[in-house]
Amino acid sequence: MALTALFFYLFAGVTVMSGLLVIVARNPVHAVLWLILAFFNAAGLFVLLGAEFLAMILVVVYVGAVAVLFLFVVMMLDVDFASLRAGFIRHASIGAFVGLVLLVELIMVVGFRVVGKASDVVAGAAKAPASTGPVLTNTEALGRLLYTQYVYFFQAAGLILLVAMIGAIVLTLRHKEGIRRQSIAAQNARTPAAAIEVVKLAPGQVIVPSGERRG
Amino acid sequence: MFPTTFETWWDYALWLALTVGASLLLLVSLLVIIAFLLLMDRKVWAAVQMRRGPNVVGPFGLLQSFADLLKFVLKEPVIPAGADKGVFLLAPLVTSVLALAAWAVIPVGSGIVISDLNVGILYLFAISSLGVYGIIMGGWASNSKYPFLGSLRSAAQMVSYEVSIGFVIITVLLLVGSLNMSAIVMSQKTGIGTAIGLPNSFLDWNWLVLFPMFVVFFISALAETNRPPFDLPEAESELVAGFMVEYSSTPYLLFMLGEYVAIVTMCALTTIMFLGGWLPPVDIWLLNWIPGPIWFLLKVTFVFFMFAMVKAMVPRYRYDQLMRLGWKVFLPLSLAMVVAVAAILHFGGLAP
Repeated sequence: MALTALFFYLFAGVTVMSGLLVIVARNPVHAVLWLILAFFNAAGLFVLLGAEFLAMILVVVYVGAVAVLFLFVVMMLDVDFASLRAGFIRHASIGAFVGLVLLVELIMVVGFRVVGKASDVVAGAAKAPASTGPVLTNTEALGRLLYTQYVYFFQAAGLILLVAMIGAIVLTLRHKEGIRRQSIAAQNARTPAAAIEVVKLAPGQVIVPSGERRG
Repeated sequence: MFPTTFETWWDYALWLALTVGASLLLLVSLLVIIAFLLLMDRKVWAAVQMRRGPNVVGPFGLLQSFADLLKFVLKEPVIPAGADKGVFLLAPLVTSVLALAAWAVIPVGSGIVISDLNVGILYLFAISSLGVYGIIMGGWASNSKYPFLGSLRSAAQMVSYEVSIGFVIITVLLLVGSLNMSAIVMSQKTGIGTAIGLPNSFLDWNWLVLFPMFVVFFISALAETNRPPFDLPEAESELVAGFMVEYSSTPYLLFMLGEYVAIVTMCALTTIMFLGGWLPPVDIWLLNWIPGPIWFLLKVTFVFFMFAMVKAMVPRYRYDQLMRLGWKVFLPLSLAMVVAVAAILHFGGLAP
């Protein structure tokens, strides 16, 4: 148990630290890198909770895909930091308000737990999942719950994601005219008869290219 | 393998010592094996091109990799003046450490694994999807055009092929019914071969029943590890050496090391998912007598040999062809296979 606590404080400490550095870092790329570290340590916290499936999915989805795109975009953008910092004082009050609301909500959630089960606060970390039965693995338990009790919500979430995906494609898809695209089928269908033209040349004769020849 | 109950500090110390010892043993043997696999890569490449390959250091050039190691370590590391120093030096470390970390869950024999995670294959998938960070960070921190272009290409490429690798893994998982790596190997004891009455043999392994996925996985693994013919991030004809342009000495060595460890990890993953892990090809006493890790090593070497042959024989893809192959061919194919395998397992009553 002592080891678990040690690792908890390690992961939690690094998460909080890197979360702080995300907003403090001057360079946006560094900020994204700190964000990735925060994700990674959050995954470590999930492992400590016994939710190893969630931890791995967090790493695969957030660190492996979403954060890569973040990094991609941030690196490509030429962000002007001076103009970003100019509005700091103006927006500080709104930011503080949002932060306060979030803090109050967090305190309420955690606070209710404390009131509800005083003994469970520390132990809650160790035994949070695994309510479906002792023999089931994490993944199996999650799957059973997701595909039986919550199947409609799960499908609805999938549909929403699908709609979002199609929407993103529709918004960004442009058909440009005049682009040469490679058509593998057309390439394979070409025969020497269609592609090669044998011409007898008399000395000094000039040929005018016929039909589909390209420079 | 390790004590699981902790009562005194002595238990912790024993557990720590055992884990560290086992990890060190695995890593050292892995690195030595990789040194020789690297040599094999070059030898195969040379043989296909009718050259001799490295043959000066040691008998048959066997010590070439170690000579290269010394050369890299003793050279002066050059850090470009405009580079982001911290990230520049962090990038090769990230690449190599992540590549090595993947080996924590790979079972090289029955029960011979550092950590037999329940979600082993997901862990491996997660770690291999993180490999892209070393490349992006290196390319960006170099503060130079070619490395940056190389790293952008690489990021797009790895993210694209991860999708099809994910679907291939899902088909295997559907067949196996577990995310545990050892369970994936053990489930290949029985299969098509035993279903038609033959004894346990290589016909039971997943490569036969999931042959299209085996091919897709092999090609995706090439793309995921930036191996030729998909080595566009370091296409020397266009990008000099891609994201590694500004690297020298030990940081470069770490990049190379990470790349080769990732390649061997992919070979090991192919072995575990499709070639029956440490199981002998035919279930007779003579072959059973050879220990599992030897079989595992032989199979990994075989897959690596195929990687090396591809490198030697296939011309490099163009970037748009690479993207077309990933998104328009492999993604629909693997998605269709997931649906087909799930349907067959469900309606055929074969689901584990």
